[in-house]
Amino acid sequence: MSAAVSVQSLTKQYKDVCAVDNVSFEVETGHCFGLLGPNGAGKTTTIEIMEGIISASSGEVLYKGQQVDRQISQQIGIQFQHTALQDFLTVKETLNLFASFYQNTLEQSQLIELCDLGDFLNRDNRLLSGGQRQRLLLALALINDPKIIFLDEPTTGLDPHARRNFWQLIKNIKAQNKTIILTTHYMDEAEQLCDDIVIMDKGRIIESGTPHQLLTKHFEDVFIYLPLKQVEEKLINEQGWQVLADRIEIKSQNVEQTLALLMKHQVSLDGLHVKSANLDDLFLKLTGHSLQA
Amino acid sequence: MNFKRFFAVFKARSIEFFRDRSSLGWNLFFPVLLLIGFSFIFSGDGRSAYKIGLLETQGQAQNKAQQALKEIRFIDFINYTDLSLAKEKLSRHSLDLLVDFEGQRYWVNDESSNSYLVEKIFLGEQLGQELGQQSNFTRLKSSGRGIRYVDWVLPGILGMNMMFSCLFGVGYVIVRYRKNSVLKRLKATPLTAFEFVSAQLLSRLFIVMFMSTVVYSGCNLFFDFFMLGSYFDLILIGVLGAFCLISLGLLVASRSKSEELIGGLLNLTSWPMMMLSGVWFSLEGAPQALKNLADLLPLTHLVAGARAVITEGATLTDISYHVNALLLMSALFLTLGSFLFSWNAER
Repeated sequence: MSAAVSVQSLTKQYKDVCAVDNVSFEVETGHCFGLLGPNGAGKTTTIEIMEGIISASSGEVLYKGQQVDRQISQQIGIQFQHTALQDFLTVKETLNLFASFYQNTLEQSQLIELCDLGDFLNRDNRLLSGGQRQRLLLALALINDPKIIFLDEPTTGLDPHARRNFWQLIKNIKAQNKTIILTTHYMDEAEQLCDDIVIMDKGRIIESGTPHQLLTKHFEDVFIYLPLKQVEEKLINEQGWQVLADRIEIKSQNVEQTLALLMKHQVSLDGLHVKSANLDDLFLKLTGHSLQA
Repeated sequence: MNFKRFFAVFKARSIEFFRDRSSLGWNLFFPVLLLIGFSFIFSGDGRSAYKIGLLETQGQAQNKAQQALKEIRFIDFINYTDLSLAKEKLSRHSLDLLVDFEGQRYWVNDESSNSYLVEKIFLGEQLGQELGQQSNFTRLKSSGRGIRYVDWVLPGILGMNMMFSCLFGVGYVIVRYRKNSVLKRLKATPLTAFEFVSAQLLSRLFIVMFMSTVVYSGCNLFFDFFMLGSYFDLILIGVLGAFCLISLGLLVASRSKSEELIGGLLNLTSWPMMMLSGVWFSLEGAPQALKNLADLLPLTHLVAGARAVITEGATLTDISYHVNALLLMSALFLTLGSFLFSWNAER
């Protein structure tokens, strides 16, 4: 399968900062591709170069093996991280404005249904809530029925309920075999949505692969947590378990064996919690600092 | 150039303006307020151009010369008994001349041009009284309808309002769009910079001409403005002037991303025009260097052209200098503006 987008040795140098440093990756057709990293990692710069919004200092971006030109804007959809909408226009007027820019557009009724805009179609852009605004911006990104969609931190600033609704919208779009390129610093978002991920830090790629591959590669253990008061100190010291405030953390490669050991020492399993390593743990392991920082 | 895209942006921008009630209200209210203000300040025979202080002691009878002086129109006479107070008023330009008939003396303020003129009037009146002669000149009245100050100042006020609307309405809006990434979002669509800029330009041109027509027509009902030339010529010079000023606004806003900076740049552009373009007073008799500088400002040509059409009945041929100057400046500003235009200023 040929790559929908291929990024080759991309570098963006500003006066005193190298925002993107020799970055290469490929995005497969129909996949949801995640660019992960903390604020300032170079995610937005990378995808804005891919979108043709800013120019690279060196390197190239190929769409289906072809160089990017002005025509690419007819085929891609973009949702920027920070975008104001024109004041005093209603949602419907904004959709009409953007629809007029493209040769081929999605049926407005289909778009309204897909992005759930029906309830506030005649509302002034200035009066939209955060979630409604993001849904309208997503609709604008989809208005030309693009094959490739760029979403730059689409759920930043949304409440948990609005985020989950938005994830469902993205899953619906993905089900239409569209290629999605997503940047986020929420690991749960990447785990929910992405088929492939690239983790960036300080302008460089520090790891790439599917979320499952990366977690299996870097973590053999699962984490078992138990309230501290239920485990004798002697046992903790013998086993070298870590004490975290009011609970202990047990790293285990075999949960069954660990549970058998606990039962053998008649440790109560009340309040036991088992957790697999997640992408946040992976990022912490790779960089030594948390992704949310 | 794709007209569908151009018209969509034109329509969206025009809707934005007309729905922004505060901006719309201000654009209508400001010129009307100025015109009404000026018509009240400078209309009627009650307008006094100069002020003369008369020093008098209590019970003093007015002599013939004093009575004759007081009959001169357009001069206010204010009586003073305290000489030092009156002299202070004179030195602070509250009075133009101070006369003591009893002591046969008067005071002038050497720093004031008004004081100089009033002195000449006063001396002329005294001389006439003494000689008792009639002048050899025959006094005639100008015939026809006279031009009031409000007629003269009308093109200036409308022009100034157009200037602010063109410069700030385009310059400020584009910088705001650039700052909050509206431009960046538009750049990500197939819309070209040329389509966007021309839609902004023509939308503002439509708005400015519409608002100016509404203000002119509305005020004309009350003021019955003087108009010797053709309305077609007036509209044409208005369109050319507005086009040129919008192009200047686009040029000023072509790169900036800071609202503070663009505010300063637009003020820097508009203030010289407000002072030197003949909005409030004629530059007739001003130093040549100042006139040359004024000639480089688009508002000068807009106001001078419109004023010539209104007050002199000038045709387009008569004002071809102003028409050509506006065309030339528009071409220059647009070329530079499109060359320098940036959707989003990179860091």
